[in-house]
Amino acid sequence: MDLINNLALGFGVAFTVTNLLYAFGGALLGTLIGVLPGLGPVATIAMLLPSIYALDATPALIMLAGIYYGAQYGGSTTAILINVPGESSSVVTAIDGYAMARKGRAGAALAAAGLGSFFAGCVGTIVIAAFAPPLTELAFKFGPAEYFSLMVLGLIGAVVLASGSLIKAIAMILLGLLMGQINTDVISGVPRYSFDIPELTDGIGFVTIAMGIFGFGEIIANLGRPAEHREVFTKDVKGLWPTKQDFQDAWPAVLRGTALGSILGVLPGGGALLASFAAYTLEKKSRGRPGEVPFGQGNIRGVAGPESANNAGAQTSFIPMLTLGIPPNAVMALMVGAMTIKGIQPGPQVMTSNPELFWGLIASMWVGNAMLVILNLPLIGIWIKLLTVPYRLLYPAILTFCCIGLYTLNNNNFDVYMAVLFGVVGYVFYKLSCEPAPLLLGFILGPMMEENLRRALLLSRGDWTTFLTRGLSASLLAAAALMVIIVMLPSIKKKREVAFKAEED
Amino acid sequence: MKIKSERDFWAGLMFLVVGIAFAWGATTYNFGSSARPGPGYFPFGLGALLALLGALVLFKSLTIESEGGDPVGNFAWKPLIVVLGAVAFFGVALPRLGLVITLPLLVFISSWASDEFSWKAAVVNAVVLIVVSWLIFIKGLSLIIPMWPTIFGASA
Repeated sequence: MDLINNLALGFGVAFTVTNLLYAFGGALLGTLIGVLPGLGPVATIAMLLPSIYALDATPALIMLAGIYYGAQYGGSTTAILINVPGESSSVVTAIDGYAMARKGRAGAALAAAGLGSFFAGCVGTIVIAAFAPPLTELAFKFGPAEYFSLMVLGLIGAVVLASGSLIKAIAMILLGLLMGQINTDVISGVPRYSFDIPELTDGIGFVTIAMGIFGFGEIIANLGRPAEHREVFTKDVKGLWPTKQDFQDAWPAVLRGTALGSILGVLPGGGALLASFAAYTLEKKSRGRPGEVPFGQGNIRGVAGPESANNAGAQTSFIPMLTLGIPPNAVMALMVGAMTIKGIQPGPQVMTSNPELFWGLIASMWVGNAMLVILNLPLIGIWIKLLTVPYRLLYPAILTFCCIGLYTLNNNNFDVYMAVLFGVVGYVFYKLSCEPAPLLLGFILGPMMEENLRRALLLSRGDWTTFLTRGLSASLLAAAALMVIIVMLPSIKKKREVAFKAEED
Repeated sequence: MKIKSERDFWAGLMFLVVGIAFAWGATTYNFGSSARPGPGYFPFGLGALLALLGALVLFKSLTIESEGGDPVGNFAWKPLIVVLGAVAFFGVALPRLGLVITLPLLVFISSWASDEFSWKAAVVNAVVLIVVSWLIFIKGLSLIIPMWPTIFGASA
């Protein structure tokens, strides 16, 4: 059995005392830095990259894997505790996770995220070992047209994130896509919508928007309510652990999320990100136990599903990197960078020329994941204590960490001003009941979507039917259309009811 | 004409205006053709689509009855201005006054936004936060953040 032999080789490499220590150290550092708002996995790895220069290749990558997982989980922690997603894939975690925290169930949310991620990581490891070569071929079948259609599907899926009006949700996506257009055009090099401000030609930072709209917007909205109506955090924290019922509810969501994440993670370019959004959509659409908490108000499935998908996707996103040498996201790009520093050229040859490294890395991803659970389950108690701090003390602290985080993004106060602007925008959205989560997804996918659209059109010589004549692309678009119809059906019905009522008056 | 849903009316108007603005801005960039899309191609399409949806939301808000008119409600001016003002002040002051002066001022100003403000709590909070920030960001992560005031104005 190749699979078992390979994994055995990998675990043989990873399970030495020193390597386990590096994995633990990495997970600890990653978590500690990742929970600071504004410092996501990319910033954390970039910051800690110099610390691995002195190590050998294998322990270096093992430590990086630990840092990566730690930072990612740290990002989910801030999403759950203070509604500031540390990175794009924890945006959806914030929706139900933060709602759970406000109801005193932060412990359950954090545990569900940790355990779900661990399970997904285990499955992801096996998926890589078993399916790396065939899955690589799937990625080859994706041309620009397919990517564009996949993103359309992902964006339509994001509509389900909002609980309000369908048209407003789509408009928010478009607004996000447009905000993503503030940059320098990749193909022609023309700066767009930059008003001659040099900082804007690099585009607006994801963290800036997330902190302004989600973080600041939330604080202002909270302070705007009279103290007795403020729905911040209940004083009675209901246990650190998920209840038996929680496990029963979360378990199927973890399975579904893992499956989705394993498949989507293989696609280079935001696969893991789309996976967490897709998993949330799937959970919201699938039928739960009668009488469970509605989505958006603290449903544990809304945390467990996306977090598992995100982690499974993060794991399988190693496949394109290790087999094709294409980093699927910024974090993986940094990992490739670390590999090249260590004298390893990523690509298909790694699997055959450096089997210890290849399988050792895959095993160490699992080890990093396991360390994270060991490390974070006890930490949950501490995080929850943080929430018992009175809000009048807590929010200036959140502001302080956000401000320092914003300033250090580029060592520049421009990002601080931008976040102020987005704070105003976020409050306006809140007042007009425009839910901001779809906007953020649009913003992230915008540049990629444009690039693929333009490439697809170039290849087809301007023929828009290319999206429909290519089989894979057409089926993705058909799925998107189907989704719109499913979402619209109840609202059409409701509208007709309203119309009838109006006639009776 | 009567507004039937106040929130949707303003939201629709916002989408319409922003959509038109982006589409209009896109006309200053090369549009290209479908076979060779230029930098203005995608944003123009998006802007036009957003304006269309905005118009739709606007139209709905004027025709379809909503419960109680769906009012926008009062703006929380004090927290909005105080919190964001404090953050903006942080941006202006940090490179000039350094973290030691800027951070406590950020805490004092922003604490004032709450209706449960007390001097004692704010002072304690500021002291704790400056120690924690110093330990994490300067000692731990050795980030380059100006600590002390620079006499000759902004250095960063």
